[in-house]
Amino acid sequence: MSPLMEIRDLTVRFHGERTVHAVNGLDLTLQPGEVITILGESGSGKSVTLKALLKLLPEKRTEIGGTMTVDGIDVTALTGRRLSDYRGKAVSMIFQEPMLALDPVYTIGDQIAEAVRRHDRVSRTKAMDIALDMLTRVRIPSPERRLRNYPHEMSGGMRQRAMIALALACRPKLLLADEPTTALDATVQIQVLLLLRELQKEFGMGIVFVTHDIGVAVEISDRIAVMYAGNIVEEGTVSEIIKDPRHPYTKGLLAANLHGATRGTSLASIPGSPPPLDARPNNCAFAPRCAHAREECLEALPPVFRPGPGRRVACVLERGQSEMVLPARTPEAA
Amino acid sequence: MREVKNSRDRGGPAQPLVIANDLTRHFPVRGGLFGKAAGAVRAVDGVTFTVEKGETLGIVGESGCGKSTTARLLVGLIGLDKGEIVLDGEKLGGDLRLKDLWDDVQMVFQDSWASLNPRLTIEETIAFGPKMRGVSKVDARRLAHDLLERVGLAPARFAGRYPHELSGGQRQRINIARALAMKPRLVILDEAVSALDKSVEAQVLNLLADLKAEFGLTYVFISHDLNVVRFVADRIMVMYLGEVVEIGPVDEVWRRRAHPYTSALFAAMPSMDPDARTEKPPLAGDPPNPIDPPSGCRFHTRCQYAEAVCGKSVPRTSVVAGIASHLAACHMLDEASGHTKAGAAPTLINEAAE
Repeated sequence: MSPLMEIRDLTVRFHGERTVHAVNGLDLTLQPGEVITILGESGSGKSVTLKALLKLLPEKRTEIGGTMTVDGIDVTALTGRRLSDYRGKAVSMIFQEPMLALDPVYTIGDQIAEAVRRHDRVSRTKAMDIALDMLTRVRIPSPERRLRNYPHEMSGGMRQRAMIALALACRPKLLLADEPTTALDATVQIQVLLLLRELQKEFGMGIVFVTHDIGVAVEISDRIAVMYAGNIVEEGTVSEIIKDPRHPYTKGLLAANLHGATRGTSLASIPGSPPPLDARPNNCAFAPRCAHAREECLEALPPVFRPGPGRRVACVLERGQSEMVLPARTPEAA
Repeated sequence: MREVKNSRDRGGPAQPLVIANDLTRHFPVRGGLFGKAAGAVRAVDGVTFTVEKGETLGIVGESGCGKSTTARLLVGLIGLDKGEIVLDGEKLGGDLRLKDLWDDVQMVFQDSWASLNPRLTIEETIAFGPKMRGVSKVDARRLAHDLLERVGLAPARFAGRYPHELSGGQRQRINIARALAMKPRLVILDEAVSALDKSVEAQVLNLLADLKAEFGLTYVFISHDLNVVRFVADRIMVMYLGEVVEIGPVDEVWRRRAHPYTSALFAAMPSMDPDARTEKPPLAGDPPNPIDPPSGCRFHTRCQYAEAVCGKSVPRTSVVAGIASHLAACHMLDEASGHTKAGAAPTLINEAAE
């Protein structure tokens, strides 16, 4: 089975007043129908990776390297008409703030119908039928009435459902989800997560879900990729990451989640804060905050190990415990 | 420090630091052609609770439940429509003037960026309050340096910096230091760690715990993150649409979850066990609009146990399972309410819910 999405050695660099090395040699593969979560803190490059996949980054100021393939399409080469065919049809995206993603001057129905007619040759009536069907599928109550609603007439949870309906109207094979539940209240967040899980099964699509919340990642995904300073430090199934974290950063994140932490004790926190990424990291970016850092961590990019099928850990601590797939290396000078 | 503390303790250890009685605040909503009052957001509606000396009271609830408005009322940032605040035995507006309240109560906000003056250096920011209170320039500066040291930022490196030169976690440390510069007895933390990354959040929570012990502080800790509240709080107060639905010791509330809303809120937390993921959302739909809250029990429109009585009459606050410190406002806990499940033990309510 060929993968649905394959990212090889992706680098994203922003130029402007200062240069930011947002993504640094990221590899990620997604099988059809699989849900992977990129888990990371602010500035780790998770959202940038998603935007690169849809070519949403400002072209003039962004330098992108590496290859990205989705459903056999070479994303980096797409321009013009073929790019707009790809967006929405092959890959679609949902965002944290639906109010910014939906057009305030068109009704929900018109917006979904427009997207449908942009990609498929159907009549206006048929497109409206599809819009109605989508609103029903995302379980918006009284969908006929809601079809004629403007975004501001809906509650936050409802708008998030409407945005999901819009994103899925053309049945994309891959859905990119950028923290879609972060701004929602707890009781609404769980509804939207369960809805996404159901729709994913129903449509058989792949999802790349981005979040900073481990609990959300556990609820939604099959696999988790932990991202730090523009690269993936550890990847594995949800159980592997939660029950057997190997990278010190993953361990620190899990401890900081406070799940089951005992009151009155001091939390095992990660000292310091993430690096500024003014320069491309040429050693383990986590080393300055790591309790296990040694000299070799500061000398070269960490080697990558494979403790099991579909698993990888970029940390020297794995040496001798599992197979090395990529040795420690110095990046070529930029 | 401790000496000063004790001399300010007027009511003794048994006197609660704060008694909030029937706090009410409505915000008028203007609408129509000439901006007539079209209704009111009933942000806080008859909220009663106490904060004991030296404890941490956690307040949880969803957006629009009134937790931040409650915080602002406690600090006197906005006025009360009704109700009273008693600080260590002295009533605000009576013996206690607003200026005196600010000697004892300080607040840390969620947005570390918006709450700092971008034109002041860190040292000036922290020293500003004490200077306004008549502390000499030299002493205020020394205090600022001491506090910087205490919140983990080396004064030599940070004192002269501006807010934009700091990370979010560092800025929040400054906000905490600024609050402590006034030598408060009560610190209100309104989502103070929510905007921070998890790894940084843990550092700040550790710092808050240390400072509490060192300065003998009392905290009101507002958060939407139940894991955090469970970790830091002694007692927890659950709010829904401007009202308190349940309050009690953290472990007690965690175990019994007497109010159906508390139960739903806890069940909505993402599972951390990949083998036991959530299968059914505990509640459907969004929280209703606080402009026109439902009649009777405000939760009845989303409650799976709702009966006719719930829409008609406001539930009385009842003691849960005979534990006097654990209170909840639900008809099912009140034997005289007429609800068919009235008087059933709350633990049974939970078992039915799960």
